[in-house]
Amino acid sequence: MSEIFGIPVAVILGQLMLGLVNGSFYALLSLGLAVIFGLMGVVNFAHGAFYTLGAFAALLGLQYFGINYWVALLVAPLAVGAVGVVIERLLLRRLYGLDPLYGLLLTFGLALIVEGSLHQVFGATGQSYPVPESLSGGVNLHFMFLPLYRGWVILASVVVCFGTWFVIERTRLGATLRAATENAPLLQAFGVNVPLLKAATYGGGVALAALAGVLASPVVLVNSHMGTSLVIVVFAVVVIGGMGSILGAIVSGLALGVIEGFTKVIYPEASNLVVFVIMALVLILRPAGLFGRE
Amino acid sequence: MKTRILGIATVAICLGMASPRAARAAGEQVVIGDIDDMSGVYADVMGAGGIEAINMAIADFGGTVLGKKITVLTADHQNKPDIGASKFREWADQNGLTMLLGGSNTGVNIAMAKVAAVKKVPLFNIGPGGASLTNEDCTAYSVHYVYDTVSLANGTATAIVNAGGKSWFYLTADYAFGTQLQAAASKVVETHGGRNLGAVRVPLGAADFSSFLLQAQSSGAQVLGLANAGTDFSNSLKAANEFGITQKMKPAALLAFLTDIHSLGLKTAQGLYLTTAWYWDLNPETRAFGKRFFAKINREPTMDQAGAYSATLTYLKAVKAVGTTDSDKVMAELKKMRINDLFTKDGFIRADGAMIHDMYVMQVKSPQESKYPWDYYKLVKKMSGAEAFGPITGLCPLARK
Repeated sequence: MSEIFGIPVAVILGQLMLGLVNGSFYALLSLGLAVIFGLMGVVNFAHGAFYTLGAFAALLGLQYFGINYWVALLVAPLAVGAVGVVIERLLLRRLYGLDPLYGLLLTFGLALIVEGSLHQVFGATGQSYPVPESLSGGVNLHFMFLPLYRGWVILASVVVCFGTWFVIERTRLGATLRAATENAPLLQAFGVNVPLLKAATYGGGVALAALAGVLASPVVLVNSHMGTSLVIVVFAVVVIGGMGSILGAIVSGLALGVIEGFTKVIYPEASNLVVFVIMALVLILRPAGLFGRE
Repeated sequence: MKTRILGIATVAICLGMASPRAARAAGEQVVIGDIDDMSGVYADVMGAGGIEAINMAIADFGGTVLGKKITVLTADHQNKPDIGASKFREWADQNGLTMLLGGSNTGVNIAMAKVAAVKKVPLFNIGPGGASLTNEDCTAYSVHYVYDTVSLANGTATAIVNAGGKSWFYLTADYAFGTQLQAAASKVVETHGGRNLGAVRVPLGAADFSSFLLQAQSSGAQVLGLANAGTDFSNSLKAANEFGITQKMKPAALLAFLTDIHSLGLKTAQGLYLTTAWYWDLNPETRAFGKRFFAKINREPTMDQAGAYSATLTYLKAVKAVGTTDSDKVMAELKKMRINDLFTKDGFIRADGAMIHDMYVMQVKSPQESKYPWDYYKLVKKMSGAEAFGPITGLCPLARK
C-alpha cells in the first residue's frame, strides 16, 4: 500500500479509527459539560467524578445485583443523574447569581470527596468489567483489527451526541431550556417551573458523564482515578469548542481525538500535550472558541 | 561589653540546651518512617498494606529494641519528589527518625536518597525499581531491598528470549523507571542473541493505549515488552488483548504486582511471564504470613509488602546486634549480616546497597489451573541472587568492580 508523508496509509486509517473512538469519549463528556455550562453557567469540575461513578455503578450493579451491561447503560446514568439532581437541589442552587468561581470550587470539592471515598473503599488498582458477550470479538478492516466494542462506542456516542443536540437546538423543550438561560424570570412568569428545569438540566448533564463511564468500563480498569486526568482534557475540548456550545463540544471532541491519535504516531511523547497546545492557540486566535459566540 | 558577653552566653546556653534535647528525643525511642504513595496509582502495591506489614514486623520483634519503644511515622508523597524529600528532612530534624522505608516511585526515592546522604539516616528503598539507586544515585545509607530494573529484566527477558521470543518492541512509560527498565531489558535481549526492533514512549497515565499498540504490532516483533507499571501496565495489556495483538505478539510484563494480576483477572493475564522477589504461595512460611496479612487487609501481600516486613525486621536485628541506632554502625552491621526470614533465605546487602537475594520467574496461571483464591502464579525458574542482580557495575563509588 502507498504512503503519505512516509507513513503507510494503513497506519493512517488505523489511527483515524482509533482517534474517532477516543474522540467519542471526549465528545460525550464535553457534551455534558457544555450542556451544564451553556444552560446553567456552572463550571462542573465534578464531571470526571460522575464519569467514574457511572463506571462504578455498572461494575457494582454487575457484581451485586447481576445487572447486565445493556441494563446498566440505562440504569447507571439514571442513578448517577438522580445524585446530580439531589446535589443541584441541596447545594448548587444556593450559588446561582454568585461568581462562577463558587460553583467551580463546590464541584471541585465534590470531585475530591467522591474520588477519595471510592479510593478508600475500592483501592487504587481497580477492577475489570467484562466486555458484553454480544460485542466481544472484532472485525478485520484490512488496515486494522477493530474490536466490535470500540465500533459500538463510536456508534453509541454519535447517536447520543446528535440526539442531545437535536433536543436542545430543535425541540420545544430545548427552546424552553435555552429561554431559561436568556431570561429566567420572564419564563417563570409564563408558568414554567425554572428551578425544576435547572435541576433536570444538571441531572441530564451528569447522566451523560455517567453514560460515558459505563461505555468506558469494559475498555479500561474501573478505578477511582479514571476520571481525574480525563476531565482536564475534556475541559480543554470544551474551551476549544467554545464554552457552552453543544455542537462545538461534539465536533471538537471528535476532531481532537483524531489529532491526538496522529500525534501518537508522529511524536508519541507529546500526545498528552497536543490538546493543550491547540487550546492555547485557539485562545490566542479565537478567544470564544471555534464555535463560541463572542 | 558585659551585655555582649551576656548575649553570647545566652545564645550558647540556648544552643546547648537545644541539642541535648534533640539527641534525647532520638535516643529514647527508635523511629521508623514510611513515605509512600498512599492515595495514587501505586497505593495498592505497598500503601496501607505496607504500613500493616511494618507494624506486624515490629510486633513480631517484640515491640521494643534495646529497651526502647519503636514508633512508626507514615506520610503520603503523592508521587512528588519534593514532598517525599522534605518530609524525610523534617522527620530527621524534628522527630528523631532512625530509619526510613521508601515506597513506590523511583523519582521520589532518588530525591530521598540525597536526603539520606546528608542526614545520615538509613533508607531502605522498598517500592522503587530504578537500578540507578545502587549505581549513579547510591549513598552510604541506601539499601535497595526488594527488586530493581536489572533483576526484573534478567528474569523475565531471559526467560522469554530463551523460549524463542527473539525480536522485541517496547511500550515504555516515559519517565526514569520506564527508560531504565527498557534499557535493562534491551541489554538482556541482545546478550542472548535477540533483537530490539524499537520502542514507543508513552506518557504516564495515558487514557488509551491502542494507538501505541498498533505501532508495536506493525513493527513485526514477536514480543511486546511492557516497560510500565500499575494502571498503565493493566490498561495496556487489556487493550492488547482486545485488539487481538496478544495473538500475534507475546506480551512480557517487565514489572507486574500480584494486585495487578488480581485486577486484570486470569482470563486476561494468563500465560504472562513476570519476575517477582516474593510470592505468598511459595512455602509454608510465606503462606502463613499471607494468612495473617489477609486477615487484616483482605488481600494477599505483594512482594513490596512482604519486603517492608522483612526490611523492618532486618533493621531491628541490626540495631539489636550493634546495641545502638548509630547509623554508621548499623549500616556496617547490615552489610555484614545474612538475611534469613520469610522474605528470603541467605540474602545479603552488597557494598553498593543492593540486597542480593533469590528472584522468581513466574507464569500467570490460566483460569482452569487456578485452584483457590489468589492462586495466580506457577514457578518457571528460581534465580540465584547473583544471576538476578548481576555483578557490581562500578558506577557507585562505594563499590569497586
